[in-house]
Formats: sequence, C-alpha cells, structure tokens
Amino acid sequence: MSSAILSIRDLQTNFFTHGGAVKAVNNVCFDVEEGKILGLVGESGSGKSVTGFSIMGLVDEPGRVAGGSIKLKGEELLGLREAEMRKIRGRRIAMIFQDPMMTLNPVLRIGVQMCEAITTHEKVSKREAWQRSRDALAEVGIPSPEERLNAYPHQLSGGMCQRVAIAIAFLNRPEFIIADEPTTALDVTIQGQILAQAQKLCAQYKTAMIWITHDLSVVAGLADEIAVMYAGRIVEQGASEEVLKTPRHPYTAGLIKSVPGEQVKGERLYQIPGMTPSLLRLGEECAFLARCPNAAAACNNVPDMTWQDGRGYRCHNPVEAANINNKAPSAQKEELV
Amino acid sequence: MSEVTVNAKIGNTRKEQGQTAVFLQRFTENKVAVVAFVILVILIFLALFAPWITPQNPYDLAQVDFMDGRMEPGEQAFAGYTFWLGSDGAGRDLYSAILYGLRISLTVGVASGLIALALGTAIGLIAAYAGGRTETLIMRLVDLQLSFPAILVALMLVAVMGKGVDKIIIALVAVQWAYYARTVRSIALSERKKEYVEAAKSLGLSSTRILFGHIMPNCLSPLIVVATIQTAHAIALEATLSFLGIGLPQTEPSLGILISNGFEYILSGKYWISMFPGIALLITVFSINLVGDQLRDVLNPRLAK
Repeated sequence: MSSAILSIRDLQTNFFTHGGAVKAVNNVCFDVEEGKILGLVGESGSGKSVTGFSIMGLVDEPGRVAGGSIKLKGEELLGLREAEMRKIRGRRIAMIFQDPMMTLNPVLRIGVQMCEAITTHEKVSKREAWQRSRDALAEVGIPSPEERLNAYPHQLSGGMCQRVAIAIAFLNRPEFIIADEPTTALDVTIQGQILAQAQKLCAQYKTAMIWITHDLSVVAGLADEIAVMYAGRIVEQGASEEVLKTPRHPYTAGLIKSVPGEQVKGERLYQIPGMTPSLLRLGEECAFLARCPNAAAACNNVPDMTWQDGRGYRCHNPVEAANINNKAPSAQKEELV
Repeated sequence: MSEVTVNAKIGNTRKEQGQTAVFLQRFTENKVAVVAFVILVILIFLALFAPWITPQNPYDLAQVDFMDGRMEPGEQAFAGYTFWLGSDGAGRDLYSAILYGLRISLTVGVASGLIALALGTAIGLIAAYAGGRTETLIMRLVDLQLSFPAILVALMLVAVMGKGVDKIIIALVAVQWAYYARTVRSIALSERKKEYVEAAKSLGLSSTRILFGHIMPNCLSPLIVVATIQTAHAIALEATLSFLGIGLPQTEPSLGILISNGFEYILSGKYWISMFPGIALLITVFSINLVGDQLRDVLNPRLAK
C-alpha cells in the first residue's frame, strides 16, 4: 500500500524485566492512510499504548522495540538516532494523551507551552508563534483564545485542556497523530465534542491518526478502521462497521456483547470469563484459549492472521457470520454526525 | 458558547486573584512571621543605606580614632557624634560597624545562598533526570558532603584559600550546594514521572529544555523555603568563621569579627562590644528563620488546610 502515511510491520516491543522479557507488542502490523483514523481497541495491558509509544520512539526503560519496521511515508523510523527522532516528534508525528490536566505543565502559561511547540521545530518570531497559537485555539473552538493563552492550565476545565492539547498536536500540521485515550478522562458530553473536533481537524488537514481506546462506542463513530488488540497481538482488524457488525474473533465478539445497550432490563450484562493472561507466561497457544468459547485442539498454536476481503482475524475457529445477531454499539455515532 | 466564556472568565479572575490573595492571607495568619518579615525588611534597608545613616565609616581608618576606644553607649566621640551603642577597642562606632557588618553578612548569606541554589539545583536536576550511574555518583557525593559537619568543611576551605569575601562565599557554596541538590532531586524524581514530561518529549523538546524549562519551575516552591533557611544558616556560619578569626579580614569587620573583638572585654564590664553585634546577628538569623518557617507552612501543599 503506497498511499499509507504510517506503515507498521511485525512490530515487536519487549520489556526486559527481572521475570523475563514481556512481549508487550507482538507482531503488530497495520497501515494508516491519509485522513483516515484507525481505532486501536483493547483492554488494559493489551499493548495498545505501548504501540503508540513505540511509534514515537518513547518506550521507557526497561522496554525496547525489539524488531519490525515503522515507516512514515516510506521512511524507516526504527533505528533513527535520538536527535533525528526528536525532529520528527511534534512536527511530523504528534501525540495526544489521556489526562489533559496532567499533560499540560501546571506552572507554565498555555501560550508559552504552545509557542514552545512551534519554535522547537521552526525558526519563527515570537509574535508569529503567538498568533499561530491563538489561531489554533480558535480552531478547536476555544472562546476568547487570546485570553486563554495567558492562562495557566489549572484555570481551564478538563475539556478545555484537552482542546488545548489537540490544538498543540495539530500546531505543526503533523502527518500522523497518536491519540492515546484522549477522551477517557472526560465526561460523556465533552467526549462527544472532542471526538467531533478531532474528526473534523483530521479530515481538514488529511492527517492520519490512530485513536487508542478501550471504549468501543467511541471508536464506532470515529474510526474508519479498527484493530483489536489482545495480549500484545492484533486479533482482528478491518473496516470499523464490518468488525463491529460481524466480528470474527471470539474476543471481539465478547467485547461487543459486553457493551451495555438495548438488552432486557434486569438481564445480566455479558462478561468475558477469566482474566487477561500474564504477558510473561505467553506460550505457544493462543492467548485467548483459556477464555474462548470456541476453543479447539488447533488453538494450542498461535493462529496466523487470516485475511479475507480486507479483513483479518487471528483465529482457528472464527465466529461464523451467521451466528452473530449483535447490534454494533453505535450510541455515539448519531451524536457525532 | 458565550455562556461558557462568561463562566470561564468569572472562574478565571476568581482563581487568579485567589492564588496571590490566599498566599498573602495564609502568610499573614502567623503574626510572628509578619513581625519577623517587617524586621527583616528594616534590617535590609539599614544595611543598604548604611553609608548615609551612620556617623562613621568603620572601614575608613582616617575616620576611626584610637582615642575613642571602648566608649560606653551614649558617650560622645571626639568627632562630635554620640556612640549610641558604644565603641569597640579600635574606636569604631558600634552602631556604624553593626550596619556595615550587616551588609557583609547579608551579602555573603544571599550571594552564597543564590550560587549554591543555582549550582545545587542544576546538579540535583541532572541527577534525577540522568538516573543510573550518574545519579548514584552525584547522590553519594552529596551524602559524603553532608556527612561532614558544615563548619569543619568551611574551616578547612577558608584556611586553605585565605581570607576575603569571595573566598568565604566559595566556602559557603561548597558547604551548601548539597542541601539544594538533595531537595531538588527528590522533587524532580516525582515530577519526571508526570505526564507533562512525556507530553513535552512527544513535542520533540530536548532533554535540557524539558529539564530546565519544564521540570525546574515545578521544583521552585520547596526550593524557596530551603533557600531562606540556608541563607540564615550561611549568615550564622560566616559569623562563626569570622569569630574564629579565619573568615574576613580585621579591616572589614563583619558581625562575627565584632563579636570576637569584644569577647576579651566581656568579663571586664564592657559588655556592649560583643553584645550588640551579637543581638544584631541573632535578630537577623532569627527573623529569616521565622519567615522561612512560615513560607514552608504556606507553600507546602500537604499542610494546606
């Protein structure tokens, strides 16, 4: 795929702990095209955030990207020196974090932090940087941006701060943005606004994006494509409507079933039995084996990704399309349109 | 949207006023600290304007008359002015000498405090950010430094380097940087793990920029407290060194030298030569400490009510 902005192949990120190497990201492959949003879904510890940090080259000790390839417009990022990587961070790849109140420096004015993001990568005058920051704030729908530039983060609400964070991410018109659960810390009404904002800017600047989340309803309205991660591996991938409507991997199916929706009142919500396996003790078998309703003898070997009509799943006994009568979570979709 | 703006504005101004106002309100809660602060300001003014408000320049030997030696408080000098606080053995007006001595004491205290603050902060930040062996090395050095009594280290350094204001400042910095380094490191360690550092990294900022532009400002309020206490400490230490006769030259009497000058007369009834400079030193150090204590109470979020 030549039009891909970001192309990841066989990404392997390990954490070298005392108990052994933890394979936090295992054989992850995906492409994100211009102006498209890939939703990276998974539960805590499934490796979705580590994937994001691997792309940024910011995996903290004792973690290390152990193999694979990350290409930004055909240019290999792995193996770049720190100084070169720094030029890419913030300029060509930007990141939005989970807790907006924590990601802005509490003792620096918003304007100072925004201008810094510009002047780090470009030689522009302070005034121009200030003007661009102000325009960027206006663009994300912050009222009286001039005043906000002089404010400290604690003077803004969480939603406002996240808008500022989004404005900062888009400041240098990056080609690619990693959004690491940016709506998790916000309440639902603000969540909707932030999602719409991000989607709008993405389309406007043709930015490619991965949106990391554990919330399927967020991804349902937002993402063009979904990749579901489980225990460091992508277990299912494809266009978002199709994946949500006809999940093939039992894990995806379980996740969708456990979203509260239109079920009968008083009925218990579905729950995937068991717990995520320890990443330290991943063996040859499928990581989902112990929790899987479709388990079979073949599952003692990790299945390969099966690709079919642009959809992939990593399962020996996929859920049959006919068996699924689930409604895809689409609660937020209408709100956004 | 307009409603949001209005709300935000109200919240904004309220909070902005709030911060300074809350700080002032909480600082003034303790009347003793306020008195100490006022005294400190007065002392600083007296020291600053000493040449204009004293009858004699005790450094100018032409103005010091040996015949005026050991005058009691209230006696008249040959030159006509009154020795309100008496005079020392060399005929120096103690009131003048104390104000000039205060100048030196405050200069030495503040200068060594600031230099040690800058140095210690930089070293502590680097230790926290670098981690690993660099951190271990620096922190063991700090431990080593702190395991020696400050007075001992300062004594040795001044004895080797000789007398003079610059030398005593160097000695005091050498004694004090470790306190700052240790404080900064402990704060920076917890700041480093916060998300804004990760966010700054993701913007492509360099480590130096993150360290000094982002982490350091977050370490400042505890440092202010340490700096006040350490300044008082430095003043006392300088007085001690001068008292022992190895701090400043006799021609530039600091409070310590004045005290030691009168030391030999104290049992012969001439109490004032040692007593008044001693009281001046006591008030200075005490008021700085009181202000520092109150600052710590106000700036420490754990003690916030």
